[in-house]
Amino acid sequence: MSARERRAQPLSTGSEWTFDLIRTYDREIGRIAERYALDTYPNQIEVITAEQMMDAYASVGMPLGYHHWSYGKHFLSTEKSYTRGQMGLAYEIVINSDPCIAYLMEENTICMQALVIAHACYGHNSFFKGNYLFRTWTDASSIIDYLVFAKQYIMQCEERHGIDAVEDLLDSCHALMNYGVDRYKRPYPISAEEERRRQKDREEHLQKQINDLWRTIPKGAGKEDGHDSKRFPSEPQENILYFIEKHAPLLEPWQREVVRIVRKIAQYFYPQRQTQVMNEGWATFWHYTLMNDLYDEGLVSDGFMMEFLQSHTSVIFQPGFDSPYYSGINPYTLGFAMYTDIRRMCENPTDEDRRWFPEIAGSDWLTTVKFAMSSFKDESFILQFLSPKVIRDLKLFGILDDDQKDELLVPAIHDESGYRTIRELLAAQYNLGNREPNVQIWNVDRRGDRSLTLRHTQHDRKPLGASTDEVLKHLHRLWGFDVHLETVQGDKVMHTHHVPAKGEHDNDGGYPRLDLALPPI
Amino acid sequence: MSYVIDRRLNGKNKSTVNRQRFLRRYRDHIKKAVEEAVGRRSITDMEHGENISIPGRDIDEPVLHHGRGGKQSIVHPGNKEFTAGERIPRPQGGGGGGGQGKASNSGEGMDEFVFQITQEEFLEFMFEDLELPNLVKRHLEGSDTFKTVRAGISSEGNPSRINIIRTLRSAHARRIALSGSSRAKLRAAEIELERLWLEEPDNFSDIQEVEALIARLRGRIARVPFLDTFDLKYNLLSKQPNPSSKAVMFCLMDVSGSMTQATKDVAKRFFILLYLFLKRSYDKIEVVFIRHHTSAREVDEEEFFYSRETGGTIVSSALKLMQEIMAERYPVNEWNIYGAQASDGDNWNDDSPICRDILIKQIMPFVQYFTYVEITPREHQALWYEYEAVREAFDDSFAQQQLVSAGDIYPVFRELFQRRLA
Repeated sequence: MSARERRAQPLSTGSEWTFDLIRTYDREIGRIAERYALDTYPNQIEVITAEQMMDAYASVGMPLGYHHWSYGKHFLSTEKSYTRGQMGLAYEIVINSDPCIAYLMEENTICMQALVIAHACYGHNSFFKGNYLFRTWTDASSIIDYLVFAKQYIMQCEERHGIDAVEDLLDSCHALMNYGVDRYKRPYPISAEEERRRQKDREEHLQKQINDLWRTIPKGAGKEDGHDSKRFPSEPQENILYFIEKHAPLLEPWQREVVRIVRKIAQYFYPQRQTQVMNEGWATFWHYTLMNDLYDEGLVSDGFMMEFLQSHTSVIFQPGFDSPYYSGINPYTLGFAMYTDIRRMCENPTDEDRRWFPEIAGSDWLTTVKFAMSSFKDESFILQFLSPKVIRDLKLFGILDDDQKDELLVPAIHDESGYRTIRELLAAQYNLGNREPNVQIWNVDRRGDRSLTLRHTQHDRKPLGASTDEVLKHLHRLWGFDVHLETVQGDKVMHTHHVPAKGEHDNDGGYPRLDLALPPI
Repeated sequence: MSYVIDRRLNGKNKSTVNRQRFLRRYRDHIKKAVEEAVGRRSITDMEHGENISIPGRDIDEPVLHHGRGGKQSIVHPGNKEFTAGERIPRPQGGGGGGGQGKASNSGEGMDEFVFQITQEEFLEFMFEDLELPNLVKRHLEGSDTFKTVRAGISSEGNPSRINIIRTLRSAHARRIALSGSSRAKLRAAEIELERLWLEEPDNFSDIQEVEALIARLRGRIARVPFLDTFDLKYNLLSKQPNPSSKAVMFCLMDVSGSMTQATKDVAKRFFILLYLFLKRSYDKIEVVFIRHHTSAREVDEEEFFYSRETGGTIVSSALKLMQEIMAERYPVNEWNIYGAQASDGDNWNDDSPICRDILIKQIMPFVQYFTYVEITPREHQALWYEYEAVREAFDDSFAQQQLVSAGDIYPVFRELFQRRLA
């Protein structure tokens, strides 16, 4: 007896939704998801209005964030494009927390609601719970608490030190937010309770450390000279905000705490930036699979399925590079195509698949896609699983733009000799380490003018963007003394930035500074 | 396990604070945009908000990212005719620029950030830092606003205002007073009883008698109530009338034949702006509209702005009328009186000195502030020079300005009513 013949009554026929219907769909989708043993956090499905969705948007998906003008800016631009019909709102926002919070918009039809439940509550949710980056780097159970703590702390700071002082500080931290993450070291789990408890100790402890670092009292002659010539920090530091929090000489304890908050939040979002293709692809793959299963069981009508397929195809629409709508590779498309192709390779492997993926071809598809979901990030996922068929289907080709040559080169296209190159190029494109300039803390002139030197290790001669000087001004504000940035290739310094600019020392006034208390030395 | 929660009734304005932070940060930009908008749009058209645009670079949040240049390789989808190893000319404006950091967050290539502010916010920015100068006379006006102040203790009142300490203190005093003699007798009886027990233990009748007396006295003391109704004390609040300032604005508009349609339009727009400002910023203000050509008439708002009647020019007629109305309806000791006059300055030759005299002798000593705007693209007229004498006499409370076109209205208006530092 095939699924077709067991046709049951559809769960709904109209397009209106009710709370009961949402519960029913959630139950059915959950039942099918269990069949695939999708491991999820409990779901908290919240129905909200379009305005609330805009609010959620503006706070970059955080259910509660501290106040800052930049969120107001996001809100205004979202509001404008939405009210002018230039942009639809996302159908869903889902938050990596335990329970996993997913927002459904009131305006959606029941079909869209079901799609969102499948996509967010079972797709994204199982990704959050399963992927190794999320497992090791974020703590879903404590994020909400931490955000509450952060919001309150920053509010208290505003009351105590004035809105402007806090806003300046946050501006500076935000400019360096992408450089506030540990890329290799596992962070301590964050917990609001713990933070509050330890905050006091930390303030004192920190201040002591800094005082040691900046001690100017001679420690007795003779044994010092060797130490002095050493660089500090002895190894370059990639986490600039962490370095600022621990070592900036002039920051007050509350300012260090704010730096820490921004850093912690950046760390929380870091996995999301590293797994865009995988995460969206996974969620799309599962909403597609789950909805088709619903249809096969006869629980949804043909009309429902048509509406679903229409939304689905628009989600995974990939305009070609020459289309006016083209804005890079659509992560939904790429991810969906890859997961679908992994399943295909397991179920119906071709000779080509056997040649390229001997361990995958013909294996159990569910185990394989789950493995592909749990143990990779975008870069390694593409490197491991991008198959020739997907490259052919998407007609991927590379472009090499070398500013020393007059013409662009096409190094590889979707053919036998190009698959490997394309795969490597595309994987490199999703490597955050390549996308962002490699800038690290290099040295602090401890015995001299206390200037901070950063090193930008150049890759493929790519220069720094136009806002670099602005960012350095923000860093200068946090550090309190001169900041230098050296761009190096190999051991050769190619280019330098200075804040304040060289020879400009006399009129220091033009640079933003925090209002600081006396230096703690 | 899933929970479905209806959050639609929760506050939807979570972003309000952030929005306000944004407005606060870009205050100067917005103010400039509002000023431009006021010049641009018809003054009566204040029913809606305004689009404010801010140059994109002013609100960018800088981040470290790669700039153009170096060797960049990008993978694109949708190949049509390219083959491996092919060299293609670099497209104009640089195609192949996908991997450019992530500055596209707020929209790439967007040079102006445009957003809406509401009508309320628009007016707020428009009239910010403006006020009626010298608004000092305050008058007790029995009926309108009160503030409640404490006025001691009363023995009557509302249970919610009960003063517990005073109540218990008076109960305590009453208990002491009422039971005093009984307690004295009780003490004496107890001593007596002790003595009897020691000295005459056999005198049963006396002992019984004293014991009965003690029981009676104890009963009497116990019957004094702990709290009685007349112990209750209440905090007394009383209402005090709040002094409020009463102000009246006289709007004097010249509608004589020499005023062209354009100058009349400018004058009307000036008064509409003034009227909007007064209505928005002051709850209690009266406005007296006077139009004049050879003779002056007090009119209502409708007629002031829309009537088409016209004639020759005698400016002093309006000033006289203003003076009469002041004397009749607005006693100087109660009212803050303001005047705003608009004219093209073209007056009957003999009349200008009369105007000056009326102003100096009969009006200026009694008003808080008087403004004169001359709407003319040409040289100053006779009236202007006469008024300069007024300004010399009353430097603090007299101001005159020249308006040339509609675009000057708002700047001049701001100058006339700029908040002065006390």
